[in-house]
Amino acid sequence: MSQTPVETPPVLSSPEAVADALRAAGYLPDETIAGTVHLAAALEKPVLVEGPAGTGKTELAKSIALATGARLIRLQCYEGLDEAKALYEWDYRKQLLRIQAGGTGGSGTEGWEDVEGDIFSEHYLLRRPLLEAIRAEDDVVLLIDEVDRLDVETEALLLEVLSDYQVSIPELGTVTARRRPLVFLTSNNSRELSEALKRRCLFLHVDYPSPQREREIVLARVPGFSDKLAGQVANSVAALRQMDLKKRPSVSETIDWARTLQLLGVTEVDGDALLRHLHVLLKHQSDIETARTRLTR
Amino acid sequence: MLTAVEGLVAELRQVGVPVPVSAVVDAAQAMTRIDVLDRGAVRVALRAVLVKDAGHLTTFDTVFDTFFALQGQPGEVEEADRGPVGGDDGTETYGDGHGDGGGRGGAPRGLQHLDDDALRDLLVQSLRDEDATLLRALARVLVDRHAAVNPARPQDVGYNLYRALRMIDSSEIVARLAAAADPGPGGEGVPSEVAVLAAEARVQALGLALETEIRRRLVVDRGADDVARTLRTPLPENMAFLGASALHVAAMRSVLRPLARSLAARMAEQRRKHRRGALDVRRTVRRAMSTGGVPVTPVFRRPHPAKPQLVVLADISGSVSTFATFTLQLIHALRSEFTSIRSFAFVDGIEEVTDLIDRAEDPTEIARLLNEAGAGVWLDGRSDYGNALSGFAERWASQLTRRTTVLVLGDARGNGHDPQVDALATVRRSAGAVHWLNPEPRDSWNTGDSDIGRYAAHCDTVVECRTLRDLRGFTERLAAPGAVVAPGVQPAAEGVGQRRHDHGDGHHHHHH
Repeated sequence: MSQTPVETPPVLSSPEAVADALRAAGYLPDETIAGTVHLAAALEKPVLVEGPAGTGKTELAKSIALATGARLIRLQCYEGLDEAKALYEWDYRKQLLRIQAGGTGGSGTEGWEDVEGDIFSEHYLLRRPLLEAIRAEDDVVLLIDEVDRLDVETEALLLEVLSDYQVSIPELGTVTARRRPLVFLTSNNSRELSEALKRRCLFLHVDYPSPQREREIVLARVPGFSDKLAGQVANSVAALRQMDLKKRPSVSETIDWARTLQLLGVTEVDGDALLRHLHVLLKHQSDIETARTRLTR
Repeated sequence: MLTAVEGLVAELRQVGVPVPVSAVVDAAQAMTRIDVLDRGAVRVALRAVLVKDAGHLTTFDTVFDTFFALQGQPGEVEEADRGPVGGDDGTETYGDGHGDGGGRGGAPRGLQHLDDDALRDLLVQSLRDEDATLLRALARVLVDRHAAVNPARPQDVGYNLYRALRMIDSSEIVARLAAAADPGPGGEGVPSEVAVLAAEARVQALGLALETEIRRRLVVDRGADDVARTLRTPLPENMAFLGASALHVAAMRSVLRPLARSLAARMAEQRRKHRRGALDVRRTVRRAMSTGGVPVTPVFRRPHPAKPQLVVLADISGSVSTFATFTLQLIHALRSEFTSIRSFAFVDGIEEVTDLIDRAEDPTEIARLLNEAGAGVWLDGRSDYGNALSGFAERWASQLTRRTTVLVLGDARGNGHDPQVDALATVRRSAGAVHWLNPEPRDSWNTGDSDIGRYAAHCDTVVECRTLRDLRGFTERLAAPGAVVAPGVQPAAEGVGQRRHDHGDGHHHHHH
């Protein structure tokens, strides 16, 4: 595909290596996550990470950056995000100053062509995250967060970047990446993404972890937490997820709860402790009610 | 390897998962970059490349198990004492499945001699420790003993699974798992609700392992293509409402909630986006004062598009009740997109069920509540559209306004009763629009006792609504801003006349 020979950094050379590196960075991947990240590096394709909120999608990109020693460039998407905020923008104040300076500079020999060529050079370009990732000299990981918040029209902006790792600037020509960055897009699936975008990406669905994995996550994230208590915490959260709730507790809430328990010096989680701490895990009053009636019957 | 990938892709497409050519190319490329002998790695890679929608993952896993079932599974400890791997177990004759397990191929020998109680102990252990290898080995023994897999009847997977789960007594396993996790306060041996729920979550893995094993056996015997064909299930959104089995209904129910959520998000977004109205001169001029009189930022009026008021008349008699409850659920989940929703249920009589449905904390309860209340039944519980519609026209037509959209859900099969078309005409005169959603395929409209053609004359549109996908399409058009009346479907009169021509491949798309 690319002219330059593909050189995968050693940490990404196999699923096992990815898993080890991530673990060292404090993120506990399962087989699917490690395998998909490895494949993304091998095929040089972006990864579209989808799943319920709070399951560590953003955290994955951060940990990859940490594990590979790359710089993380983050583009937080929101409704109304446009080219000027995502790709690049001309620094018109600086350009204005340059033109004024040229006008009063005295000699008057400077032609408009010179000025124009000058003010449309990279010096006057404000790099936004996408261009920054493409132009980077060092290793970068590009995180495009909550891509589902983007307007449908703006989504098309990403296509060129994601398929060819290049950006076209009319005044400058096409800027191509020196080395292809690892790209992660996260989505909470609040709307369907376009086929064109999905086709360019590998798909990774991150669901709630199994109790075993969640226990390990708690242990890794909350230092000094007891093994037994972590198991009980993971089990209780798994039980809550079985219920029919508006918003099921996510991993981040599990960790919050574990920290709370640690602060309070709780050593044993039973039904009562869970009842008392429901508000840490559940964010809707109606969910708390549902869980309470279910647990006290 | 590539043949298997091709088969897999063909089957995925057959089931309705869209797989673009570029994804197939990626799949082939991915195979060169991973260890193809590692089945898990192959699964992960193909999944990442071929599937682009979380709703398709389960389908993918099933299809993958079918096409890659015969590949070796290295790293399995129990395989070591099994003798020749694969192939031999499918040739066994499966009798009543109650043998003692001795001498049957397939299961690891060490486990063969254990009785069911010991197996249960091991099962509890494997589920508790999430030991997938042990669980797989146990699944083999269990399927050997209890599932009674008959390769001549591959369509029985559901029954085989049910049977194996019943023989091993999965509720007992839940209880033991729960007890192991939590001996109860003070060791009374009564596990808490938390422990039970957590145990239930874990036991799902057992069902999956058993199903995979049963399918593996069938594939050994009959070949992947054949099994895939026999066991093919459409995606939930493409399953027909009419005649849906309990399994299909469960699958459809599981996709309904995410569907309603994404639909609501999308509608809200459209509403926001379409709100730019005419130029507001006064405010533009006012704002221009801050830029020296130059109108740099024009200000536009924000029109408030009228949200439709909905009145839903749903036939909830046995034959079409699935369709009715799904539609009611979807519409009520979207209630913020409408000014008001009033629901009426009918069989041969009609009554208002708005309160009943609002009371349902969870949309999936609607069906149960309607049943308990015995709503809409007046005489014999067989649909009588004529009586129901005239009853509605008599009692409620006066409350309809031009801003009301009336939806009628049903197959228009009045069991030979007088259709009383005039009643629908009355309703239409008072309401802004009348849409009829028919769950029957267009081909069977106007056959037998179907009166849809006669009603169609008094409807703005008659829509074929066989699947969740159709339903979603209709709902989206209905709530679209500005589409208070006709959601862009062909007018009823034409629709009825031309319907036989535009009905092509069994899946119908309405033009906009």
